[in-house]
Amino acid sequence: MIKNWHIAKNNERLSLNDLPVLDIKDLRKETIEFCKNGLRPAGFFGKDEGDGVVKLFIILADDKGVLGKKGVFYVSSAIFWAHIRLYDSFTSEIPAFHMFEREFFEEFKIEPLGHPWLKPLRKNQDRYEFFEMEGDEIHHVLVGPIHAGVIEPGHFRFMCNGETVYHLEIMLGYQHRGVEDLMVKNPTNQLAESICGDSVIANNIAYSSLMESIKGISVSNKAQLIRKLALEMERAAIHIGDLGAIAGDIAYLMGASVFGATRTLVINTMLEFSGSRFGRGLITLGGVNFEIDEEKIERARKTFDKVEKDVCRMVKTMLKNSSVASRLEKTGTISKERAEEIGLVGMAARASGVNLDSRFDFADKWMDELNIEPVKIKGTGDVNARFKLRYREILQSFTIIRKIFDKLKEYAHEPINCGYEALSKENAKNAFVISIIEGWRGEVIHIAMTDRCGKLLKYKIKDPSFNNWYALALAVRNNGVSDFPLCNKSFNLSYCGCDL
Amino acid sequence: MINFLNTIFSIFALLFLPFVMVGIIKKTKAFWGGRKGPSIFQPLYDFIKLLKKDSVISNSTSFIFKLAPLVTIVCTVFAGLFAPLITGSAIINIEMGLIIFAYILGLNKFFALISAMDTGSSFEGMGASREACFTAIVEPAFFMIIASIMAISHNFTFDSLSKIIQNMGNYGVLICIFAVLALFLMVLIEGCRVPVDDPATHLELTMIHEVMILDNSGFDLAMLTYAASMKMLLISSLIVKIIIPDGTPYYPIYYLAAILLISIIIGTIESSMARIRMSHVFEFIFIMSSFALVILSLTAVRVFGG
Repeated sequence: MIKNWHIAKNNERLSLNDLPVLDIKDLRKETIEFCKNGLRPAGFFGKDEGDGVVKLFIILADDKGVLGKKGVFYVSSAIFWAHIRLYDSFTSEIPAFHMFEREFFEEFKIEPLGHPWLKPLRKNQDRYEFFEMEGDEIHHVLVGPIHAGVIEPGHFRFMCNGETVYHLEIMLGYQHRGVEDLMVKNPTNQLAESICGDSVIANNIAYSSLMESIKGISVSNKAQLIRKLALEMERAAIHIGDLGAIAGDIAYLMGASVFGATRTLVINTMLEFSGSRFGRGLITLGGVNFEIDEEKIERARKTFDKVEKDVCRMVKTMLKNSSVASRLEKTGTISKERAEEIGLVGMAARASGVNLDSRFDFADKWMDELNIEPVKIKGTGDVNARFKLRYREILQSFTIIRKIFDKLKEYAHEPINCGYEALSKENAKNAFVISIIEGWRGEVIHIAMTDRCGKLLKYKIKDPSFNNWYALALAVRNNGVSDFPLCNKSFNLSYCGCDL
Repeated sequence: MINFLNTIFSIFALLFLPFVMVGIIKKTKAFWGGRKGPSIFQPLYDFIKLLKKDSVISNSTSFIFKLAPLVTIVCTVFAGLFAPLITGSAIINIEMGLIIFAYILGLNKFFALISAMDTGSSFEGMGASREACFTAIVEPAFFMIIASIMAISHNFTFDSLSKIIQNMGNYGVLICIFAVLALFLMVLIEGCRVPVDDPATHLELTMIHEVMILDNSGFDLAMLTYAASMKMLLISSLIVKIIIPDGTPYYPIYYLAAILLISIIIGTIESSMARIRMSHVFEFIFIMSSFALVILSLTAVRVFGG
């Protein structure tokens, strides 16, 4: 069976022509079997082959090595000829395909038969049919797309009985900018940075390592470490900010102030490193743009020591406070079974006890060399678990950052990028590359393929929010409607990362 | 002549102190948050700013929506005339002033609720239903407390509040303690403060009072926020009346000190604890009811038990 699938490592350049092409029925059968064995969908997208022919690519991730190799992707494909516009849905067997199939249907109008929730994902908002609950006691609360806070647009529809939410329907797509098409036309680091404003570094690393693989550029150890440093700083900063937002939502003022202030220290250090608080412009093809010298490292060390101390003290104070605990515990619970079923990824999945972290599952040499252990937490899946996990990940990030600071000395002589060489390199022909990186929210996956002249044919982005939005809808069921903001903040999903 | 001056003084305090009270709460919160915070007169500046602005009124509303802010402010000021303020006695100190006080505030709340429903917004309906629920529990408790105290002292003006110990001896001390605690909870509930409501939130789904005035703007909004803080002052004044005995020299100074203290306590509570879950708010309000029952039983014991 494995012969029908091509195995790909992270950032490994495959030949597009080597990918197996199966019949859709066989592909479906094998995919479902693989998924039942413990693989999970990481990509499910079509490519227009002209004349109404669509090629469907399926990428399954084997995180734990259930089929033998740890941290690899299994890739296969199928052709839909112009007269075939139907297939049996995968979602009916494996719910984790739910969003992927909606996206595929929206793009190519190839209908998955038996899909339980076939609604527009990004386009055709005027034809959206909402789920309706009937009954005298049911009232609907409609929120958005424009919200009271300075947040992105998205429409939420609560079906409540009194204060209890029975169901939440989330309609997104207001942020659809056509990023994937722009990526094909004109791939740049600047564009990759703009995919999702709170995962600038993660998206840029995914894009850069993918393009480096296509172009055959190697990155110096020093640049790799600086990228990793930036990624962990992004993780720490966003997690601290979100702890503050959670504290603000439960009206715990002191937490909101302390976390807000400490987050600023972290992003200001990023400003010192790269000239942008969110690390825009730091990473480029072939390396990074900015040198981090000893003086800056020393200053950053002191800042991070202070930040870590303050965050520790505040989190401990908060968790000791019974009024805080009563708000966080047993709110917005996603059980482990449910999380696996719907294909939850990243931080939210780990909080539910699903052990998925692409930093370790798709590990590069640095995780061993720096000797980093994954965070272990009792995954109760409620807001409390997500709160604690974020806290533990902040501490872990600071540990990694310190180790990178030490390690950077060893590579002080290395160049940080390869200059104009990177821009002049040609893309490899007929290449297919998958790049995965663990941003703070979860795995960011970029996939690209080139044609026989080396031109980009298709660029596919999967943000963790894409998998996780549905989990938010499930998390608020049977919770109070006033607990929704709290659940929402604990996930803190991206609108533009999902809408693309 | 003295009386005339007293009245002017009282009215000035009634109109001006609500701003300062909210300002002090905000300052306290800023202090605990490690911030400098706005001036304690900021609520007054905000009020003046709002007065200068136009109101935007939704097409889907009726005259109720336009009327409600005026009714609210008139009711609150009117209720304030019957409550003991800075001079220690009410401006209109009549028997059964309590009934007028409570029901004028009730009318005020009724208009707030129907005005919120009038907008037809699902948020405001939700806020109104929450507010109505809480009021339904708070009001009987309030009556139980004040009426028991008045009944036992055979004095049906608010003056009886300061004579509890004088009238009831040891029982009076207990009643005082419980009455102060219960009324303080009432300040938190009616004033829409943490842990019942969060006046600083922007999340419509979690709001109670704020969501009911979500559609109001400009002059209307100014009146509604002003009335809300004035109501907080009125209930706090009842607490002060219980704590500080009548005839104390320099009563106004003690009064101001007590209001300052209450504001600081409210600010500290807001900074040091999270808001309780909406489904648990009732349990919190029932604490007030149980204090009220304690007072009622103590009174009964005193009356019938000798």
